[in-house]
Amino acid sequence: MKKIKICFTLWLSGLTIILSAQKPKSHIAFINGIIHVGNGTVYETGIMAMQGNSLEMVMDMKGLRLNPSAYDTVIDLQGKHVYPALINTNNVLGLHDAEAVRATLDFQEVGGLNPHVRSLIAYNTDNKITPTVKTNGVLYTQVTPRGNLIAGSSSIVALEGWNWEDAVLKADDGVHLFFPVERYMGWGEDGFSLKKNKAYQEQLINLNRFFEDAKFYCSQTSVTEKNIRFEAMRGVFNGTQRLYIMADKAHEMTAAIQFGRKHGIKNIVLCVAGEADKIAGLLKRESIPVILGRLHDLPEYEHDDVDAVFKVPARLKKDSIVFCLSAIGDMEAMQSRNLPFLAGTASAYGLSKEEALQSVTLDAARILGVDKQLGSLEAGKLASFVISKGDLLDMRTNAVEVAYISGTPVKLSNQQTELYEKYKAKYGIK
Amino acid sequence: MNRMKQTIVYAALIVAGMINRMQAQVTFPVNGAPYLTHSVYAFKNAVIHADESTELKNAVILIQDEQILEVGEKTAIPAGAIVYDLQGKHIYPSFIDLYSDYGITAAKTGGSRQWNGPQTESSVKGAYGWNQAIKSDVEAHKLFVANREQADELKKAGFGVVLTAAKDGIVRGSGALVHLSDARENECIYKDRAAGFYSFNKGTSTQDYPSSLTGAIALLRQTYFDAQWYKTAINKTEYNISLEAFNQLQSLPSVFEGNDKFNDLRADRLGREMNVKYIIKAGDNEYQRISEIQQTGLSYIVPLNYPEAMDVEDPYDAEHVSYAELKHWELAPTNAAAFEKNNISFCLTSADLKEKSKFLSNLRKAVQYGLSEKMALKALTTNPAQYVNMANKLGALKKGYFANFFISNTNIFEDEAYILQHWTNGRATQYKELNQPDFRGDYLLNTSARNFKVSIRGDVKSQVTVYLDTLKVNAQFQYQADGIMTMSFKYDSTLVTRLSGTYEEARKSFTGKGQWADGSWYDYTMRLQSEDTTKKAGTVRKKIIPPGKVVYPFQAYGEALPESEGLLKDNWKKFKNRYQAILIKDATVWTNEGDSVLKEYDVYVVEGKIVRIAPNIDAPAGAFAKVIDAKGKHLTPGIIDEHSHIALTNGVNEGTQASSAEVRMGDVINPEDINIYRQLSGGVTMAQLLHGSANPIGGQSALIKLRWGASAEEMKYEKADGFIKFALGENVKQANWGDAMNKRFPQTRMGVEQVYNDYFTRAREYDKQWAEFGKLSPKQIEKDKRVSPRRDLELEALAEILNKKRFITCHSYVQSEINMLMHIADSFGFKVNTFTHILEGYKVADKMKMHGVNASTFSDWWAYKNEVMEAIPHNAAILTKMGVTTAINSDDAEMARRLNQEAAKSIKYGGLPETEALKLVTLNPAKMLHVDDKVGSIKVGKTADLVVWSDNPLSVYAKAEQTIIDGQIYFDRMEDARLRQELKAERARLINLLVAEKHKGVKVVKPNAKRQRLYHCNTIEGVNETETGHR
Repeated sequence: MKKIKICFTLWLSGLTIILSAQKPKSHIAFINGIIHVGNGTVYETGIMAMQGNSLEMVMDMKGLRLNPSAYDTVIDLQGKHVYPALINTNNVLGLHDAEAVRATLDFQEVGGLNPHVRSLIAYNTDNKITPTVKTNGVLYTQVTPRGNLIAGSSSIVALEGWNWEDAVLKADDGVHLFFPVERYMGWGEDGFSLKKNKAYQEQLINLNRFFEDAKFYCSQTSVTEKNIRFEAMRGVFNGTQRLYIMADKAHEMTAAIQFGRKHGIKNIVLCVAGEADKIAGLLKRESIPVILGRLHDLPEYEHDDVDAVFKVPARLKKDSIVFCLSAIGDMEAMQSRNLPFLAGTASAYGLSKEEALQSVTLDAARILGVDKQLGSLEAGKLASFVISKGDLLDMRTNAVEVAYISGTPVKLSNQQTELYEKYKAKYGIK
Repeated sequence: MNRMKQTIVYAALIVAGMINRMQAQVTFPVNGAPYLTHSVYAFKNAVIHADESTELKNAVILIQDEQILEVGEKTAIPAGAIVYDLQGKHIYPSFIDLYSDYGITAAKTGGSRQWNGPQTESSVKGAYGWNQAIKSDVEAHKLFVANREQADELKKAGFGVVLTAAKDGIVRGSGALVHLSDARENECIYKDRAAGFYSFNKGTSTQDYPSSLTGAIALLRQTYFDAQWYKTAINKTEYNISLEAFNQLQSLPSVFEGNDKFNDLRADRLGREMNVKYIIKAGDNEYQRISEIQQTGLSYIVPLNYPEAMDVEDPYDAEHVSYAELKHWELAPTNAAAFEKNNISFCLTSADLKEKSKFLSNLRKAVQYGLSEKMALKALTTNPAQYVNMANKLGALKKGYFANFFISNTNIFEDEAYILQHWTNGRATQYKELNQPDFRGDYLLNTSARNFKVSIRGDVKSQVTVYLDTLKVNAQFQYQADGIMTMSFKYDSTLVTRLSGTYEEARKSFTGKGQWADGSWYDYTMRLQSEDTTKKAGTVRKKIIPPGKVVYPFQAYGEALPESEGLLKDNWKKFKNRYQAILIKDATVWTNEGDSVLKEYDVYVVEGKIVRIAPNIDAPAGAFAKVIDAKGKHLTPGIIDEHSHIALTNGVNEGTQASSAEVRMGDVINPEDINIYRQLSGGVTMAQLLHGSANPIGGQSALIKLRWGASAEEMKYEKADGFIKFALGENVKQANWGDAMNKRFPQTRMGVEQVYNDYFTRAREYDKQWAEFGKLSPKQIEKDKRVSPRRDLELEALAEILNKKRFITCHSYVQSEINMLMHIADSFGFKVNTFTHILEGYKVADKMKMHGVNASTFSDWWAYKNEVMEAIPHNAAILTKMGVTTAINSDDAEMARRLNQEAAKSIKYGGLPETEALKLVTLNPAKMLHVDDKVGSIKVGKTADLVVWSDNPLSVYAKAEQTIIDGQIYFDRMEDARLRQELKAERARLINLLVAEKHKGVKVVKPNAKRQRLYHCNTIEGVNETETGHR
């Protein structure tokens, strides 16, 4: 028990000690933490042990006889909360800095049929925004391109790394399709109102033709003339890559699902899905998982319930539809750091806290196909987790003190905390 | 040709009891001998509607030339008069339409202007005023060209006289009162300059200013002041056609195009300011705010167009149709009746109707929905005549009046009624044979080969069916004025027979020749067997009282008043002020007085004020008291959003000039924005509505309480100080608006400083001018013939800042510019009140403290443009710790309902204590808005703007359960649940009605789902927001 005490004092004196260690201790036990596994289970007094880059054991401490000497370090968390790393899905984070400055924007290409465009290589590990996102417990992001129709492929990266090769967890996990919109809100002679997309039919035709041509191409054993767009669709047709379809309204979503089925796409993920609650039955029948758009959004219609958007997760949960939350929306890169609070809102409006957590951890990992490595605190998975003094999902108590990615502690300071320290010092305030 | 003027010698027409009339002279030469006639016409045996309350059954009207000679039961018909026997028919005075563009060619609209850079100046060449939308010099009588086709449409709808004007621009010049006869234009004009026309719509003007409604109102307001000055100024150096003309308009009746309940009220407010009583052209929705409309005391011109039924067959499409649209579809036909019920003086117009032919049936519909026939007639005749000061000549059938009237087959309010003849200025136009036989009935068509049963139905247009054994076929049937009937029908699957013939009234039969499909001829008779039993005169539609009620506001989550018919404002207040007292029991009370949080305390509210804060206050009894059990719950002061753009109409930015200090957000409040209700659900009780950030000097702010259901004026906080929005940085430099926007000064922060330097220097001089003028005694003014300086609303607002009567909220980001504005303020001797956004405030917190400025910031927004790359979420905490009064604001309709959570982030970022964090969205904004004497904390004597929370108010899990303003509950989660159910049921009822309409074959239109737009600082009206460039 002596060792525990020593470590605890180290702990109190700050993270810097752990972080400054050149080689982090590789076999560490965290004890007396409230462990939120990510799959619904909570160990009120739990132990989590990690070896190298992965978790070795996560369990309740009750009845457990701890052998401290088995570990390089034992850290007493004294009732702090442990969470799996939060996963930021479907986001342009890392693809721009100042959003209004064209020179920094790297998330949208020209043209409508760009499955060959890869976001991964534009992901800048030194971008200005990611350090501020880590600080709140979000440690992974799906680097996602934007566009018209087929925007390109996304990749899943850790928010830590020397370069994109170093950061990548899963390259080209899926292709992103922005499904054509039949009607949209816009300006016209009659003011701000519903407008018809005159190109809708044509867009549908082009998209169908592209999928048919690509499928034919991919089905051939030998290719006479290589087409890099079609090549980029192979994974979508053989099921190794997901097809993420962005669609918001019930109409579009239904059409999008029909489209996916018609072309025999195995792994469809519906994204944004503002009216997912309205087609819950269909989603359930078709077993389509959903990446929801940002919950902190106004209801679409004036007559909607004031909390219409907040309640969507609980509605989907009721039908056992697999979904995760995302920050998709206005200023989404910067907003990624509020992902835990989106889960908090989902919990305020009907999910249990653990279900809410699951919607930004395990279910996100499942939807992206990385749940073997991420998403929950279970033996064998990567040691990527977050320790917070209070409830991570509530801005009132969220205080991330330590975070690990693949067994390595993560630097939680950033330009903003540095400026904070600098000006605190200037003014002599605490 | 010898252009000699015709002089017509007066020839006396000697008829007993008749006035000798002088033949008018004309200047036009005549080709050939002139056709001179002064025939007297007599109309007898008709029901004469001499005016709306006089119905003469056995009277005669005598007319000669353009005048009515006599109307009366004892009027003798002079010998030789041309007599019309109108047994069973009705005569009405011609309707008068005061809102017409008859004979005026519409200005070219040209669609939206190509966006290739700003147009700051008018494109009109000449000595006109500075703004293209002020078209005061336009005179309709100079543009007027009679138009036979348009005239016929109107005359068939009952109109004989119209006030026509060019409907383009904010000031539209004068209108002309003309009759619709086919005479030469020179003879059609009763009054050349009958009224002046105004609106808030810039029309075809391509000039940038004004781009918003608030700008349009400001422009008109300033034009009145400019014109007053122009009239009196002695040493003016300019000649200004537009102002000259504007002044000439002022002696005429003024017609204002409101077209909407709220714009009507805005026009009224402007009119009161300028001492003008407008005649308001209404829209179709005044019934939704009829008591406020009544309180204007103005006269209205009311159109009778009703919304078309929407196609709601597809349940998802139906979602796009708003609650207000659905309800309006049902209630719009009650609009005219609402004016009558509320004793508002009004006339009716055919304006806004695409097809004038719908006017009469729409009029009947208005009557069906509660308008009395008498009022309908009055609103079409005597009222409009009176509005244009022609009540002694128009609008009735009386001796000496102009001979304008129409003859209808029956009472005009009956469905079968139509107009046979319309006499305008003594000239007849015939639309249907006066004595056309009524054919309706069943006939036997008898030919040598074959007999057919034929039935003729319909009066205005005959529908004819031919029976071939068991088959029914439709026949083509025509009866012409010359008495020839033609008819054709299929007597076999492909074979058509055609008939021609004449009608014999006495025998009630047609006879003539027919031809079979093979070309052979036959003779026929078609004799009446039995009359149409369904035909009867006097079918008036069944009265309808729509089951739907007007809700306040007219929006989802609006509520109907308990007794909905004809309710006045006082009833509304009584309804809303249902609780005299509220007792909130056992709450955790966050007082905001120091850091005091009281556990299990009661707060007692009486008549809107907090009267006691103590444990265990005895529950008051009585019907007007409400007890809220808040055990385990939290009570805080209401949330105040210092930076909001909700509840505004048509534009948040008048960013077309570097300064728009003259515009007032208070002019354009929209009390029906759903976001008011949504924000109540997040505990917001007060919001400052700001102009946007498109220019260095923006517009004047409005401070509202979220009194959902109240009118725009009632929402305004009563004792608010005047504030104004300023802005710095990328938005005012137009840095992110595309490469075309590089012409307006300023384009750099350097230029921004000089904009302020320039405007404040001019404002100081302006103020001095007025101060000096103010010192003059009336005697001196008289003696030296001094006139007041021109009132310049822009400089006046800036002078108020110098005089510490108006306070600046300045949009700001980067430390350099923040520092600059404080220096400008210091050099002009005032203080900046608030820096809003102020994301780099932490870098100059010490300077801000010294200046005494407040800060209103975002909790954690950044990275949306270059100037926010050094924003930090610890900003609020640093500023607070440095002693700067700091608030967290929204600038966003969504975030505004979670401001408590945004405040909570300052606990996480910068470690503020919870009580300080709460003050960021309550007491501190109250301080910077100068209202902390009344709101912002829970203290005896303060106004009861309170929120009951389900949890710690700073927690993501907390929900506002009740939101209380002025001691009344404006949001209640239980009530909300009830309203949701009602809303759902009412929508379903209306959608079922619409579906039934469609299935009945009524034409339906795709919903267009017009919606209130969400505004941010940089939103430009009419321009779609791009992916980037927020706030």
